[in-house]
Amino acid sequence: MTTLIVIILYLSLLLGLGMYTNKLSRGTSKDYFVASHSIGPFLLLMSVFGTTMTAFALVGSTGKTFERGIGTYGLMASISGLIHAGIFFVVGIRLWCYGKKHGFVTQIQFFRARFDSDAIGYVLFPILVLLVIPYLLIGIIGAGKTIEPVTAGAFPEIFTNPTRAAWLGGIPPWLSGLVISLVVLTYVFMGGSRGAAFANTFQTLVFMVMGLVAFTFIVKGLGGLENAGNVPARISDKGTLVQEYGFDKGKLLKLDQPKTIGKIKDWTELSSEEKEKLVGKQPHFTRTPIDLEYKTLNPAFGKIPDAKKLLDKERELGIPPITFLTYLFIPLSVGMFPHLFQHWLTAKSAKAFRLTVIAHPLCIMIVWVPCVLIGAWASGILPPGLPPPAVLSNMLATLIDNQILTGLLTAGVLAAIMSSLDSQFLCLGTIFTNDIVLHKAGKDKYSDKQIVKIARLFIVAIVALTYALAMALKDANVFDLAVWCFSGFGALFPVVFAALYWKRATKEGAIASILAATATWFYYFQKAGYGGEFFIGPGIVPAAICFAAAAITMLVVSLATKPPSQETLNKFFKS
Amino acid sequence: MLFLHQDSWAWDDQSLVLGFMPVGLAYHAVFSICCAILGGLAIKHVWPHDLEDFADSKD
Repeated sequence: MTTLIVIILYLSLLLGLGMYTNKLSRGTSKDYFVASHSIGPFLLLMSVFGTTMTAFALVGSTGKTFERGIGTYGLMASISGLIHAGIFFVVGIRLWCYGKKHGFVTQIQFFRARFDSDAIGYVLFPILVLLVIPYLLIGIIGAGKTIEPVTAGAFPEIFTNPTRAAWLGGIPPWLSGLVISLVVLTYVFMGGSRGAAFANTFQTLVFMVMGLVAFTFIVKGLGGLENAGNVPARISDKGTLVQEYGFDKGKLLKLDQPKTIGKIKDWTELSSEEKEKLVGKQPHFTRTPIDLEYKTLNPAFGKIPDAKKLLDKERELGIPPITFLTYLFIPLSVGMFPHLFQHWLTAKSAKAFRLTVIAHPLCIMIVWVPCVLIGAWASGILPPGLPPPAVLSNMLATLIDNQILTGLLTAGVLAAIMSSLDSQFLCLGTIFTNDIVLHKAGKDKYSDKQIVKIARLFIVAIVALTYALAMALKDANVFDLAVWCFSGFGALFPVVFAALYWKRATKEGAIASILAATATWFYYFQKAGYGGEFFIGPGIVPAAICFAAAAITMLVVSLATKPPSQETLNKFFKS
Repeated sequence: MLFLHQDSWAWDDQSLVLGFMPVGLAYHAVFSICCAILGGLAIKHVWPHDLEDFADSKD
């Protein structure tokens, strides 16, 4: 119950912030959509960082490291620091300048003007919406999955049908998803992009601080930093993966007899030299791929007759070099996120980007390094079959049984989720209003107040639709969906890059490139069974192939079609 | 920077920096700091002043 009170207090604070930002509003549509270009460097940094980091930053990074080891940081974090900051510099500043000069508030307005084509808007619009929706679902489904276990036992007589028996009385996902949606809706409805920027700043600070707090307590529970380094699972001379530590009355103890949790696949076929290299190794501290066989509890055991208690599983520790290399195509997604475009346009000046370009990689480091270490240490304590999203909460529950801290950390995870959700809701409302309604009807048909009203009505409708979809798909693996969503946006990157830097890029080239990116993305998405991890050949991520298809199509079709008019080019390039 | 990111030399090294941080992770943490420095150098040396002027121009 204490945990729930802490979460309610946090959500109430956010509502209060929404009411405060509503008072700052200037009442114009420009203020609602892009905060009248008034956001300074610090708010821009926090809102951009908060928007690009979903729940994956805290929960997913720990879980992925638990599965694959410390290579997760290079795979997802350090490369994002490089690519994101590069895109803010190379794409973000340029788009901000064009937005300011020509009065754009959406990405589609920019592409329509740059390629002098209405059609590109109608092609891009459904694709952007379809790619943002899974991203929204990640937030609502993730919030539901986070709150139920930590509030277990709060209302055992009311919530009698938990997702898992151990979570009896916990707030069910349908209710927590509804509350989170309503809180985000309230402050976006009232404050628009200014409200989102303020709320993002507050929430980004909360999840950064909570990540560090969790790290401090976990280090203490593991007996200090140096001892924590001994904890990860180790390979024995028999080719098994063993845990050398255990808990007795909440205290970490070195076991007399190490506990076997898995074995290296095909150990007997390895040469003695290869075996010698592996013995004593803590595989979660390196990136060399190693195939592991282990057993895990069967969730169907006891529910289905004759169900086996333990299931045989296999997984790859480490990261193949080709996967490590090609993963760089995924963070390119930030160049095409429509919600990030909108955040960029809120900036007071191009100079406001400077802090973001420098500090974004450092913020990623501050959040990810502690989480990656926790994930690697967890390999020496938790069972290998544990679902990755449950690793962080299990480490906290195992090492520190404190309801206030659990409530604060849950607030941190919710903060990471909501700081992305708000921008996405706002952005969809903005593009519906500007790129469909106002584009069709003409800007003069509606007053400024009516435009804001239309945007708000769209946002309410989008929140309702997203909530309904999230409930229908509540069992989906949210983190796998996130990577697919990023891959789709990453595949569209050649379109924005060519629009900004290649005068010869044509509308036919841009439309063909969008269609090529979408077709290849959809091909691999369905091959992966509509979600789930998927690699091509020796470990190439689909985003790399989709990107290549989009880039080549842009190049070939643009060169084969009529160049854009000089009049159009003069709007975007100095002669 | 993309070449440095591949870090094939520390791929299989599990020694600890400062007694707790695996060298592969420490390397990439330093890489993140280098990205911030690179951002600072880009701002200092290749800041798009002409683009700012272009945005402010009336035509």
